[in-house]
Amino acid sequence: MLAYILRRLLQSVVVMMVVALVSFSLFRFVGDPVSTMLGQEATVADREALRERLGLNDPFVVQFADFVTRAVQGDFGISYRLQQPVTDLILSRLPATLELAAISGIFAFVLGLGLGVYTALKRRGWLSNAIMTASLIGVSLPTFLIGVLLIWIFAVELQWLPSFGRGEVVDLGWWRTGLLTPSGRASLVLPAVTLGLYQMTLIMRLVRAEMLEVLRADYIKFARARGLSDRAVNFGHALKNTLVPVITITGLQLGSIIAFAIITETVFQWPGVGALFINSVQFVDVPVMAAYLVLIALVFVVINLIVDLLYYVVDPRLRADRGAAGH
Amino acid sequence: MAEPLLSVRDLVVEFPTRRGTLRAIDRISFDIREGEVLGMVGESGAGKSITGNAIIGLIEPPGRIAGGEILLKGTRIDDLPPEKMRRIRGRRIGMVFQDPLTSLNPLYTVAEQIIETIRTHLGVSEREARERAVALLDRVGIPAARRRIDDYPHHFSGGMRQRVVIALALCAEPELVIADEPTTALDVSVQAQIIDVLKEICAERGAAVMLITHDMGVIAETADRVAVLYAGRMAEIGPVRDVVQDAEHPYTRGLMGSIPTLTHAHDRLTQIPGAMPRLDNIPQGCAFNPRCPEAFDRCRVERPDPIGRGGGRRVACWLYDRAGVKEAGNG
Repeated sequence: MLAYILRRLLQSVVVMMVVALVSFSLFRFVGDPVSTMLGQEATVADREALRERLGLNDPFVVQFADFVTRAVQGDFGISYRLQQPVTDLILSRLPATLELAAISGIFAFVLGLGLGVYTALKRRGWLSNAIMTASLIGVSLPTFLIGVLLIWIFAVELQWLPSFGRGEVVDLGWWRTGLLTPSGRASLVLPAVTLGLYQMTLIMRLVRAEMLEVLRADYIKFARARGLSDRAVNFGHALKNTLVPVITITGLQLGSIIAFAIITETVFQWPGVGALFINSVQFVDVPVMAAYLVLIALVFVVINLIVDLLYYVVDPRLRADRGAAGH
Repeated sequence: MAEPLLSVRDLVVEFPTRRGTLRAIDRISFDIREGEVLGMVGESGAGKSITGNAIIGLIEPPGRIAGGEILLKGTRIDDLPPEKMRRIRGRRIGMVFQDPLTSLNPLYTVAEQIIETIRTHLGVSEREARERAVALLDRVGIPAARRRIDDYPHHFSGGMRQRVVIALALCAEPELVIADEPTTALDVSVQAQIIDVLKEICAERGAAVMLITHDMGVIAETADRVAVLYAGRMAEIGPVRDVVQDAEHPYTRGLMGSIPTLTHAHDRLTQIPGAMPRLDNIPQGCAFNPRCPEAFDRCRVERPDPIGRGGGRRVACWLYDRAGVKEAGNG
């Protein structure tokens, strides 16, 4: 088990290095930050001086080594645009994104699981059919359109919920949360639904498909033949087996939620890292973009690791505590 | 004669399909007496498993019991509400399925699965259920049962898992165990052991067994009586010794002729020409008539019902209809 974790950690380090390399080299080609920073009127000498100061004249390998060494220490340099340390910028924006992602993740998982189980158990019911049809909309409509539609219905027409921003936030010193104020919570609803809807329908369809598969399994038939109650069969036996593959996808979806938050944050002017990234792209703010990509990669890697460990908890067949089949 | 434990009367099971309704079981009747072993043989698709599933009320929809009745100690059980039927499953009728590798839930220990079943049906404490589970596993031949009980199914071999399945089927002390091809998925070397365990433990507890198999050899050694199914119909039923040694239905004779024996020298095993008809294409009259070496006109027109032959035997064949058309036609 320990060897397994160490092996996975090592793999994660390799993945992170590759991502760092890709994001670092990629942004060398997106445009010249110097001209954006200094504007049209700057002299050639000014440009050269800035180039030198930013280390842009060093060989690629030196620049990359420098980038990695400092990144490991949590230093992603200074934002070209805002002239603040990138790490501070991201940390100040991260709570907003994480709260949004967490709420929409919970929304997607709880509702997706519930509806998936319901539509699997009541396969022929009219409500199931209605839910399945409606879920097609969630899968096929692009996120920004859903966001705009929700704003139109709930913010403009009904005026129930705010259409942008985070509302009132409370500063906990290291974390600024919107969860403690009514306006903060109200502001979360629309972005969270927008961000989670696609994931919710995906999880729901996955749960339904897996559950239908499991319900056909011999051990479910045998559980029924032993006279166990429907409740025990459906939730004790079938659902637990359904969860094994669902956990993987859901875990990876959590990563996508954070990554896709870019669009939702843009639509709702949500002051998170996604919005920060989009603004940085416009200004070719390379340090912020690189740091953002590395951060997203880190999120995926960590989630993957957690998912693999969860497998161990859920599925006893993976625990190598005793010899495999035999005796 | 005392009231039979289980009585199946004119059972009809139908599966609606797009191309019409298929009759998987067509008016089958038989009894199982208390403590006896009834073998049920037939080719794949003859309706053996569906009969078993019909008895415990677990026919896969859209299939349904379309006629007849099933009585357990004189009480109808085929029309019970689901909750009442659930209390019969496991508690009064246990079931053993074909494949022990897939019959157990991989995510629960053996102890959890047995204790859950015991406590569903018998009002005993967790500790009491656990003690019973250990004793039962010990009885079905799991070595070091007390230590192994907390293992997961994947820690056991196929034969051991089938012993666990048998323990599960018997843990709520049912009066009848339906064993649906319990050894088909196992190595030949452990098949006999599993059958022995099943037979012994049921005999000890006075539970009757309905043993579904296509292995006539297993039936001959294990069963008290045997029922032969063909295309969803009962061909012949009777004491196993009589049926094996002196089969009356031409189909049963064909089946017996296809079993290799050590005592007689055969050049070739006999085989029955043709194949069992598909359910959507059952011939008029006797379902076996196109393959039957002794078929005559009446067989192609009129369906034979089982005819009592004395000694508890019944045969669905016009050859034995004394008052029938055969004599009339000849005379």
